[in-house]
Amino acid sequence: MKIGILYSRIRVEEKLLVQELEARGLDYDLIDVRQVVFDLHDPGQWPQYDVILERCISHTQALGALQVLGAWGVRCVNNAQVAQVCGSKLETSLALAGVGVPAPRVRVAVSTGAALAAVEEMGYPVVLKPAVGSWGRLLAKVNDVEAAEAILEHKETLGSYHHSLVYIQEYVDKPDRDIRSFVVGDETICAITRHSSHWITNTARGGHAENCPVTAEIDWLSRRAAQAVGGGVVAVDLLETRDGELLVNEVNYTMEFRNSIDPTGVDIPAKIVDYLVTVAGGRTQPAPLPPAAARGQR
Amino acid sequence: MTQLTCVECAGTVNVEQDVMQGEILQCPDCGVELEVINLDPLTVDLAPEVEEDWGE
Repeated sequence: MKIGILYSRIRVEEKLLVQELEARGLDYDLIDVRQVVFDLHDPGQWPQYDVILERCISHTQALGALQVLGAWGVRCVNNAQVAQVCGSKLETSLALAGVGVPAPRVRVAVSTGAALAAVEEMGYPVVLKPAVGSWGRLLAKVNDVEAAEAILEHKETLGSYHHSLVYIQEYVDKPDRDIRSFVVGDETICAITRHSSHWITNTARGGHAENCPVTAEIDWLSRRAAQAVGGGVVAVDLLETRDGELLVNEVNYTMEFRNSIDPTGVDIPAKIVDYLVTVAGGRTQPAPLPPAAARGQR
Repeated sequence: MTQLTCVECAGTVNVEQDVMQGEILQCPDCGVELEVINLDPLTVDLAPEVEEDWGE
């Protein structure tokens, strides 16, 4: 069995994964995606890999590589479809809505005028997000029309063309925490709460992580959200409303987990490698979508 | 523990023995991020700046 790890930066997560592979004596290569040239007419050495674990820090680099490898039939965790859907908040929202996963309300507009009308219709506050982005960057909580006008003007004037698609999300008045669950295959392996006095609770922005027991509802929502985007190894961000409802906010396909191992006591890299070995052996099938009627049941 | 010189400020950066190519080090003097681009000989360069599509 030969495993490839496609990376662009060795973070703590990649080191932990490598340590796990070495502890098991598995054969692997570290492949810097920035050094790779794909000859679209010749897969070359790529078919030697039984599975590629994608760990690139750039969505664009990851998606391009996964599309090529997928076209050649190389098994990837995660695959290009998952990357495509999770990398776009628009596509994620569509995927979640398509299978009835509860999520914050979203409007999308392609012009400043239409976006402003949508914001006014939704009522304040709302959250403006870049359609592609992570780590809580460039999120804007918009509290009034003056702020909406200013931010939309800035996006139109200063932003790259990606910002011409305006993604407007209902602001969820959550407690000073959100929940992140980790799904590997068809199992919700653990979850954390991320605490912050700031409305952005990403651990990348300083949010503090604690263990969160995986309730039946968290499990159901997490697995259903994971399957909605195509399955694999993903991290699901959940928001709690003031009346206790859980909403799926985002699904991450190259998940960071360094801050979640100690609080949960779950060996996340070991779980990922377990899954890799299964995929490499061709023994996985897409996990079935947890049935809508099973919500709240484990 | 190995030491190398920061390419930005010439400060001293301590490097663990198990450092990996592609790993990011931070200079304790100037705070710049350095990417390990070679292990033998141990070589670093300024790490790429965060881009808009980076993340999880």
